[in-house]
Amino acid sequence: MSVSHDVSPLIRPRSWILTRFGREVNWGDFVFHRLTALLAALLIAALAAMAAAMVHGSAESLSKFGFGFITSRIWDPVRDVYGALPFIYGTIASSILALCFAVPISLGVAIFLSELAPAWLRGPVGFLVELLAAVPSVVYGLWGIFVLAPWLRETVEPLLARTLGFLPFFQGQQRGFGMLAGGIILAIMITPTISSVSREVLRAVPSALREGALGLGATPWEAVRVAVLPYARSGLVGATILGLGRALGETMAITMVIGNRSEMSASLFAPSYTMASVIANEFSEATGSLYLSALAEVGLLLFVVTVLLNIVARLLVWRVGRLPEGGRL
Amino acid sequence: MFARRTLLAGLLLALVACKGNESPAPGPAAADTAPAAKKDESISLTGAGATFPYPLYSKWISEYNKQNPNVKINYQSIGSGGGIRQITANTVDFGATDAPMKEDEAKQAPGKLFHIPATIGAVVVAYNVPEVTGALRLAPEVLVGIYAGKIKRWNDPKIKADNADAKLPAKDIAVIYRTDGSGTTAVFTDYLGKVSPEWKEKVGVGKVVNWPTGLGAKGNEGVTGQVKTTPYTIGYIERAYASQNKLPMAELKNKAGKFVAPSIEAMSAAADAVEMPEELFVSLSDAEGEAVYPITSYSYLLVYENAKDPIKGEALAKYVWWGLHEGQKFSKDLDYAPIPAKVLAKVEARLKELRSGDKKLLSGA
Repeated sequence: MSVSHDVSPLIRPRSWILTRFGREVNWGDFVFHRLTALLAALLIAALAAMAAAMVHGSAESLSKFGFGFITSRIWDPVRDVYGALPFIYGTIASSILALCFAVPISLGVAIFLSELAPAWLRGPVGFLVELLAAVPSVVYGLWGIFVLAPWLRETVEPLLARTLGFLPFFQGQQRGFGMLAGGIILAIMITPTISSVSREVLRAVPSALREGALGLGATPWEAVRVAVLPYARSGLVGATILGLGRALGETMAITMVIGNRSEMSASLFAPSYTMASVIANEFSEATGSLYLSALAEVGLLLFVVTVLLNIVARLLVWRVGRLPEGGRL
Repeated sequence: MFARRTLLAGLLLALVACKGNESPAPGPAAADTAPAAKKDESISLTGAGATFPYPLYSKWISEYNKQNPNVKINYQSIGSGGGIRQITANTVDFGATDAPMKEDEAKQAPGKLFHIPATIGAVVVAYNVPEVTGALRLAPEVLVGIYAGKIKRWNDPKIKADNADAKLPAKDIAVIYRTDGSGTTAVFTDYLGKVSPEWKEKVGVGKVVNWPTGLGAKGNEGVTGQVKTTPYTIGYIERAYASQNKLPMAELKNKAGKFVAPSIEAMSAAADAVEMPEELFVSLSDAEGEAVYPITSYSYLLVYENAKDPIKGEALAKYVWWGLHEGQKFSKDLDYAPIPAKVLAKVEARLKELRSGDKKLLSGA
């Protein structure tokens, strides 16, 4: 664990101290090591404290509903009956839908900005994309209510129902508010995160690779596909995970457009509900210990889902990182 | 080398010791014996709770501060449930709630809390049906039917029965409800539960209920936004939101069988019709009387009977007294109804009971 160096006693400066293993280390190194270890431990302690607080807060609900909490679909505060399955489904489905929209767009933006755009365009466009990240989520939500949802209801959803209506995803009443609106809002919100991180990742690809591919006669697209993307793969997956994290935790904007109904439906037109939304919506007015406890358990579940998805994503990065680099033309 | 380590350990110990010696936060006992502050010293009061009367309370606060520059009041409209939790935990000087506290909630409070009815509001049924030009008339069973998902189309014969002249389209009704816990929902479901035993049994009454149908919107502004932008919607909101956004409001059939629009007079009529009991809280929904608008409700301030801090307690009592007298004249412009005179007399008597220890806070009022 401890930082140590075996140094000949002859050149040992006065500032070295003895560790308990009998080795001697630099006093400054010792302090620096302990200080950074303390800061790292602080973060882990905060995480553990949060988990402990949520487990403690949800104890009553955990003991009353047990495993049924995550399989039941009924959320009825009047009767003190709580089941979180629709919220879990809504959270995961809306985040994945958002990734489906956001990842291709973000990759396109990142590739354009790092590989293809003329130098004078890179700065301003990159700045504008990052500006999207600075818009408060309530503004996205209001835009969703007054612009996006009416547009979806009047134009997009009828079109989808006409053309792809045979699929279960595009059936049912067209209301504008629902899973589709939620997914689109989330996608817009996570695009700047994914694209700016991806752009940095692509920039870090050594230009020798690009030049090599171009020198072998590859077109710019082939150079990107064969030399740049494979090299940057794990970084790009990492960027996607960052976006996913934001989508899972987003509360305000999605609450305003997703329809807030604890239902599960395959249709993208149907209303849904997310875990973050139900906590934000109901916590301030919740009275009664079981109710509060059930909301705390939803928080705990959100925590668990986030951790699980992050683990899956880490495994993906690890797996992707081990794939052979470089592709075929 | 050893000396250095002991020095470090000593420093750490000293640090821990310092922390341990820090005096605990002053408890209630300390506040009781605190020396009385000078009269001209500025006093700050904090309150938290209902969002429903927030526009009126913030008007009161700014007006009161103009007249009494030394009293600074901060009101956070975090919701009735939050208001009850905070006043129970003693983190604010007063709470505010739309629905009166339940018995088990009152038991958790460290002292006796008074409910002070401060204003009267109404929940209106707003709708967006482009074809309908006059006011839509809704009977209680029709409103329950719509929110229960049993009446699905605007041209349903049950709606037509009371709106013979209106051109009702053959369109699906899009029902909007409040998804965040709110006093508005409590008042609205209290009414639905009163007019329909089936509603009371199957769905129930509360700040959040398991709605049989519809879409959830966040906040009054969310419901207003959805009703305004979506044709063929119906939603319930506070009167102020409907009138400021020029949304049409339905006329509801009251207990006497008359269709009444949510006017300030109809709200006052509801308050006049219901006798205020000793505990100073009562439901006004579905009240008797021909002029009564049936979804009307009091909103309450929550104040401890025995204030810990006599200075703050006196300032708060005077502010509440002012709000119930001078403050009432701001009601109408902000879509609230003033407290009726006979209720005010009871509230005055209750306010005079406010004390801090043995000292009555409003002796000079």
